Amino acid sequence: MLELRSVGKRVGEETHLADISLRLEPGSLNVLLGPTLSGKTSLMRLMAGLDKPTSGTVHMDGKDVTGVPVRKRDVAMVYQQFINYPALSVFENIASPLRIAGKPKAEIRATVERVAALLKLTPYLDRQPLQLSGGQQQRTALARALAKNARLVLLDEPLANLDYKLREELRAELPKIFAESGAIFVYATAEPEEALLLGGHTATMKEGRVTQFGPTVDVYRRPNTLDTARTLSDPPLNYAWVRKSGRRLLPELADARQPDFDEIPLPEHYAGLGDGRYALAIRPHHLRLHREGPNDVELTGSVVSTEITGSETFLHVDLIDRWIILAPGIHDLEPKAMVSVYFSRQDIMLFGDDLKAADTAPLFEGA
Amino acid sequence: MSAPARPTARRIPLKWLVPTLYILFLMLPIYWLINMSFKTTNEILGGFSPYPKNFTVDSYVEILTNPAWYMGYVNSMIYVVLNTVISVTVALPAAYAFSRYRFMGDKHLFFWLLTNRMAPPAVFVLPFVELYSSMGLFDTYWAVALAHCLFNIPLAVWILEGFMSGVPKEIDETAYIDGYSFPKFFVKIFMPLIASGIGVTAFFCFMFSWVEMLLAKNLTTVAAKPIAAVMTRTASTSGYELGLLAAAGVLTIIPGAIVIYFVRNYIAKGFALGRV
Repeated sequence: MLELRSVGKRVGEETHLADISLRLEPGSLNVLLGPTLSGKTSLMRLMAGLDKPTSGTVHMDGKDVTGVPVRKRDVAMVYQQFINYPALSVFENIASPLRIAGKPKAEIRATVERVAALLKLTPYLDRQPLQLSGGQQQRTALARALAKNARLVLLDEPLANLDYKLREELRAELPKIFAESGAIFVYATAEPEEALLLGGHTATMKEGRVTQFGPTVDVYRRPNTLDTARTLSDPPLNYAWVRKSGRRLLPELADARQPDFDEIPLPEHYAGLGDGRYALAIRPHHLRLHREGPNDVELTGSVVSTEITGSETFLHVDLIDRWIILAPGIHDLEPKAMVSVYFSRQDIMLFGDDLKAADTAPLFEGA
Repeated sequence: MSAPARPTARRIPLKWLVPTLYILFLMLPIYWLINMSFKTTNEILGGFSPYPKNFTVDSYVEILTNPAWYMGYVNSMIYVVLNTVISVTVALPAAYAFSRYRFMGDKHLFFWLLTNRMAPPAVFVLPFVELYSSMGLFDTYWAVALAHCLFNIPLAVWILEGFMSGVPKEIDETAYIDGYSFPKFFVKIFMPLIASGIGVTAFFCFMFSWVEMLLAKNLTTVAAKPIAAVMTRTASTSGYELGLLAAAGVLTIIPGAIVIYFVRNYIAKGFALGRV
């Protein structure tokens, strides 16, 4: 088990990481999710032992390994860039950690061949890494990490530099490939979709802090802050400030584009909430262009722009604020056209003035 | 951007002329040197002759058979190779440190290295002669080889740093993660990656040490006398043996030409201090 105890990292005057505590179980897949510069890579470097935290400690299986150099740790790491040893063949690249560990020759050959077969590299073992395509180069790097059979495997946006097709393919294979090793996996990504597809646990990060850590689906369904909800939402989360009074939610109209805006009835699961100022958030795919039930909330607004991807349409509409609607199918609406948008009250998320989830009963216990 | 249509050859009928003239202009002194080396001294002094009328290889035979002459080449070669090996060996770890680590004053130190290259060697003749005499290094290969380090090591550090900074730091880290020790990583993984840089660096060290005359001449008397000093001596003591001098000059160009052939593809990057 890898345990971080209130780890922090400062470089000069800048705080890169602040007070992070995490417990990662063996055999688990952990996603670090956050935008660029949120501290994912810095955190991974601390886990690997490439950098030393300026505060806090790192424990591996109960042992303090904070000052232990990376060579002495049982770690494997794959970077976003395709990092291999250009002077060595693919075979030697994969074999490299085993050779350093002084494994017998026959065992090295067997391991490399098994791993290469798993990552579809068998035909390329005699080539140099730079003669391979980007996807094959990254497979080589992954194969080396896999061959090492380390207890901690760190993958820093390993698929970000690959083209769409290869990314889909490798993303589907990765959890399966690494599952049997029983290692702790840490996977950094900036894409919420990737976190959800990978499953496992997710730690959302923002400005050097872990905002929430838990099973990915829980974090998605019950974000504990508005920041977490926004981090784990793609396309971007729609939100607006509202004022609750009794059973009604009234948008703060100062900023609203529609002065004749209707009030929204309070969802039942927020019945126990006190009156006051709240951020109302709703995910783009929960907004619909058709009514599904008699209790649906209806908002009307003018279309700003439409982006059609083929199977889906992204509609930017001026509702309470400029909101995004992700609608299945093609909706070729002209700008300035008026549309009615519907959503179920069940899908509303409310966050308090302090941006914390406004649950009457805490649904999620902090990590 | 689409490229505009190239002007056809017909529109500039003499476009080969300017480069040809330029190359002729560059080659002229070298041709004249070779031309002289195959003449007798009398013919050289006799007047203008564009090619040798009495073709002779006597000058070359004299140089290659007389130890007083050819030992000059041997001496030069020994201290140049010594200097190249020392410079590259010392510069490799230094350049790695400059390329990979941030430490207090690193940028100032790095620039200060280059300023060493700017001081005229003449400045250092007196201190070197005095120092080496008192230490018993005077008139040895080491004297010249070490003196040349003064300007070759900074240059080597600069060129190597440029090449090293072109290698992503993540390769180093991956090697450490894999369990490589620093020396093993450096020799097995890192040096092959900058092999061309090491080649270019060695070439520049070789060249600058080979053409440097002032220090080499003043730090030696007999035992380690370089070819440059032998050439000037001949001119002053035995009258004007111009044919011999020309032949010696031709033979001095050859080693550089051979070395340049091996690094021809990387020279430009070397002149840019590895920063292309």
